Amino acid sequence: MKTLNHKHGWAMVIPATIILSIVGVLPLLTVINYSFFDIFILDKRFWIGLEWYQELMQSPRFWASLGRSLLFSTLILTIQLPLGILIALAIPKRGIWVAICLMTMSVPLLIPWNVIPIIWLNYLRIDTGFLGQFFDFIGVDFDWKFNPIHTWLALILMDVWHWTSLVILLAYSSLSTIPTAYYQAAAIDRASRWQIFRYIELPKMSGILLMAILLRFMDSLMIYTEAFGINSGGPQNATLFLGIDLGEQIKAFDYGPSAARSVIYFIIILFIVWAFKTALDRQKSGGLK
Amino acid sequence: MNLSWMAWTWPTAGFFIFIALALITMTVWGIKAPQAPRVGILRIETTPGDRLFISLLGSAFICLAWLGMFGSPVYGALIVCCIYALGVFRWV
Repeated sequence: MKTLNHKHGWAMVIPATIILSIVGVLPLLTVINYSFFDIFILDKRFWIGLEWYQELMQSPRFWASLGRSLLFSTLILTIQLPLGILIALAIPKRGIWVAICLMTMSVPLLIPWNVIPIIWLNYLRIDTGFLGQFFDFIGVDFDWKFNPIHTWLALILMDVWHWTSLVILLAYSSLSTIPTAYYQAAAIDRASRWQIFRYIELPKMSGILLMAILLRFMDSLMIYTEAFGINSGGPQNATLFLGIDLGEQIKAFDYGPSAARSVIYFIIILFIVWAFKTALDRQKSGGLK
Repeated sequence: MNLSWMAWTWPTAGFFIFIALALITMTVWGIKAPQAPRVGILRIETTPGDRLFISLLGSAFICLAWLGMFGSPVYGALIVCCIYALGVFRWV
């Protein structure tokens, strides 16, 4: 294939840049503009400066939601990442089972998000759901509606079921790129299973795993649909995450504060993405050794 | 073109013009006097563009922290931001 290296090649990206700036940058600018107003309808808006930001920064509710969201993301990452890697290692490398395993694993990813809480609430029903009956059988009074720990458990179970597949698929894809020669060399050296994982598989997977962590972290930090479907942030705000707070404010037509919230979430996410990108770059250049 | 839905005001417009100008200045500066990436106190490799990004993002957090602790106005925070940005460009 001939590679084009033309002096005016940059002109080819102008259409894409224009479209991106219309669909991406203009809405962002608008949201930032809105965050300085008290808006109910656009014709009746009042400039109030930084008041929403100040209110948010000084509201204990915001910090509590941020704490809950960070805790949730940490918990699901500590479960999903090792679990995903373990399952990816267990999937066979060739044969008919590869397709069957990968197909089965992808099913949770294909289910619409608002259906998932309904499925899980049905699982947890004590009269018909298998999980509800299981908890009843082992003598646990599983009360996702009024017991905060149980609501958290239900949310974590649901998220692990929904998203571990993503980690599995990413980990498996990078595992399948490792040449068999590496494993043969390891076998000659009589490397243990742990050594193979530690010195061959993990280094090969690390780049993709960082991507998996980033994707899962951003998604779970902004979780809305599934968490709202389970218990609407209850009991007594125990599962009130950042996304639920924002969603509620938008539903109440509080455009000013929700815009300010969005801007704050945006810079938090921006910082996290930057940190991950920097870590990824450092790792590529071997800086982490 | 009617842009009233975007709710433009002079303070926000000024803010974005400042960022646009900063980007343009950095681009022109990068073309006139190209600088090699260097490794500073954060032990990460940064170009001048990276340092501008770190300055702006950090300034956003400084202003939010100021609002949380002292409330508006944020003139004090802007002074801290300038010192921070100078520090980033000098040592990061």
